[in-house]
Amino acid sequence: MSRPRPEHIQVVKQRRDAALNALLDSVPYIQFLNVTFDRRGDELTAQLNFSEKHIGNPFLPAIHGGVTAAFLEITAMISLNWSHLWERIESGALDPEEMAKGILPRQPKTIDFTVDYLRSGLPRDAYARATISRAGRRYASVHVEAWQDHKDKLFAQGSGHFLMPQDDDKS
Amino acid sequence: MADKTKLARQFIQAIPHANELGLVLEEIGDGVARISMPYDKKLVGDPKSGVVAGGAVSALMDTCCGAAVMCHPDAPGGTATIDLRIDYMRAATPGQTITTRATCHHITRNVAFVRAVAMDDDTDRPVATASGAFTVENGF
Repeated sequence: MSRPRPEHIQVVKQRRDAALNALLDSVPYIQFLNVTFDRRGDELTAQLNFSEKHIGNPFLPAIHGGVTAAFLEITAMISLNWSHLWERIESGALDPEEMAKGILPRQPKTIDFTVDYLRSGLPRDAYARATISRAGRRYASVHVEAWQDHKDKLFAQGSGHFLMPQDDDKS
Repeated sequence: MADKTKLARQFIQAIPHANELGLVLEEIGDGVARISMPYDKKLVGDPKSGVVAGGAVSALMDTCCGAAVMCHPDAPGGTATIDLRIDYMRAATPGQTITTRATCHHITRNVAFVRAVAMDDDTDRPVATASGAFTVENGF
């Protein structure tokens, strides 16, 4: 028995990174907040690159609660969309070059989002990872955890529901 | 009372991220705050439709809820968010200013409870609603 020869590492990395970058570059608000993503296979870790513009209380100082909420929501939304599109990116049904030109499938829509603020957001980078608790055909439920110095000392967590795009074949 | 409103107004206007979002404090006093966020392309979350990102609406809601707490007659000082839930009812119309009105409807020595509504030009159909709990701090 033989399996097909695996793709070259550069081909695999190039495809996945190009597809992810196309998703991120298309959203002005992600650039505005300066959120970037690290990818290991299909696993994503979001990073909020600290800026003075993120400060909410200048006396402490602390990151604005709204920035924290937005960071968690971006992490949830991108992680969900990434997992939703993964099969089609891998199969070649979605072309990263076309995606980079702005020919992108529709995004999931946020139905609701709840944030728990566990600790004050310190004036430094923050990280977040999302877990997709359930990805249904119409609805998805996503949980996100964010930390700064210690991964087991979360400074915020969030969870939300999303409406999945229905006409997937249309771009 | 006027002093508290003035202090809250000064605090809100000193928030770096509020300035970055272009937030405008329209009304503040007695536990009620109204803040608007003019449409800006940098806040877009869906490039296809030009609709403002949910996160930007969250930041607006959070700021407005905090302002409502700080200007409540029984609030001694600043506040921080404990929890905030936002329901997104519909996409805000691209190009239109989003205005939020938050009410601090109950406050104890330690916790303030807040509700908020966000609207665009069509004030009959809210864009989003929020409800949250905030800390009650003695200083700022």
